[in-house]
Amino acid sequence: MSERSDRTVMLRHDKVELALHALRSDGDGRALLHLHGLGEQSPTAVPLHLAPWPGPVWALDFTGHGASTVPAGGGYYCELLMADVDTALARLGPVTLYGRGLGAYVALLSAGARPELVRGAILDDGPGLTGGGPEPTTPFVLGAPLPVSGTPDPYALFELSHDVRPPDYAVTYARQAATLSSLDTALAVAAVVRPPWLAAVTAEPGVLTVPLATCTDVFAKVT
Amino acid sequence: MPDVVSFPGARAPDRRRTVESHGVRLAVHEWGDADAPPLVLAHGGFDFARTFDVFAPLLAEGGWRVVSWDQRGHGDSEHAAMYAWEADVRDALAVVNSVTSGALPIVGHSKGGAVSLQFAASLPHRVSVLVNLDGLPGRRSMPDVPDHERTKLLASELAGWLDFRRRAVTNRRRADTIEGLAERRGAMNPRLSIEWLRYLVTVGARHDPDGWRWKIDPSLRMGGFGPWRPEWAMSRLPGLGAPVLAVLGLQPERMGWGNAAEEVTGMLPAGSHTVAYDDVGHFVHIEQPHRVAALALDFLADHAVEARP
Repeated sequence: MSERSDRTVMLRHDKVELALHALRSDGDGRALLHLHGLGEQSPTAVPLHLAPWPGPVWALDFTGHGASTVPAGGGYYCELLMADVDTALARLGPVTLYGRGLGAYVALLSAGARPELVRGAILDDGPGLTGGGPEPTTPFVLGAPLPVSGTPDPYALFELSHDVRPPDYAVTYARQAATLSSLDTALAVAAVVRPPWLAAVTAEPGVLTVPLATCTDVFAKVT
Repeated sequence: MPDVVSFPGARAPDRRRTVESHGVRLAVHEWGDADAPPLVLAHGGFDFARTFDVFAPLLAEGGWRVVSWDQRGHGDSEHAAMYAWEADVRDALAVVNSVTSGALPIVGHSKGGAVSLQFAASLPHRVSVLVNLDGLPGRRSMPDVPDHERTKLLASELAGWLDFRRRAVTNRRRADTIEGLAERRGAMNPRLSIEWLRYLVTVGARHDPDGWRWKIDPSLRMGGFGPWRPEWAMSRLPGLGAPVLAVLGLQPERMGWGNAAEEVTGMLPAGSHTVAYDDVGHFVHIEQPHRVAALALDFLADHAVEARP
């Protein structure tokens, strides 16, 4: 949804306007918040595998994606996208997160950082799942400016495709979610592909692996 | 107190210009003969180019065109939506490109020194000599914090940062008198004289109707967290293609990096030289401008063949 609709709420995160889309406004219970992958944008309707979710379904466009602002000069990193999510949490209150690829990693960070507001996170396959791997490779500096025309911001694609994701760093967030959340299960992994950070998270006690078709079941009933 | 305060040896830049880096406007400041061989001077985090008002003229008198810039969000440069290490390195390249298409020496303090190291590791053909002023990566850790406490530690850091981000849109730097701003900065820089800090206010803050306010973007915040670890930066040191003069200030202080000389000397490339001052803190070039400038000029002269384009 690169366009804002009457179901879009614009939120302010510092200098950036974030588009939060209501994919389904009615329903019982807690909302599900959809986080897209790298270079993607929010879907225009509730995806089939999330249809069984009983409550409202929202979707957030990250900075530089979809109908959100493309800021000048880049400077993206995943913790900043975690703060994008936190901006949505300030509006929505407690939610369950569903993240694809990059959105899965950001959902993990959010679950660890806001254990009282994130009532479970589902981590799924999608673009940007691997990031830049567990440690940095040969550094490269962009000389000429990248051509920017709308979303996705090429600086987001460039920078977030090599952000480093050490397994022990990811595990810190997973443990924090497990320790500080009141849920028995705070994280569910639906992703089939498991780069090192996700393999380490999946191996943590209490982290469930679930088939995509039933991923919403894990958190639909917890309050 | 008048708006203009003088400080012994401090000299405003001879030239001011702007450079656009990927859509962000950067303020560039130059001291010295415009036709002299250029070097680039990189400031530390929460500083700005004019913190070199004493140090830069000394390098200029040594025969160099000294080019510095305010990092994005700092000094007179534009406030950006996002701040990241990689963007700072990119901005450094835009500034270097505005000076030469060849190699030049880079002198960097603190974060500016660390950015320069990454710059040199990425673009070896653009750097002839590095002078690093208390900005080398080191194996810092928290030896006094047991593992099981780290989760809570990170949790409170994360929540604190996210709360700060929620407020960022309405955050403003607090207005104060020159004296008030100088004293507040003095709390972070206890080794610097109040006269110098007052001078800094008049060149690094703006005078609003309700008082003086630092120009730095209120969205910037000290401290932080993330996946980066210093040993990754250290592992790039031995392979650097330019000799490094490392100047360490060993007096511990809040803004200090706590480098130990023995930890870094073995990691520096051939031709490098480490000088550690026991009696000086993190701001080596501000506490001891003449001593450090003389050291830097000697090192640059020794590598004159590489340093002169």
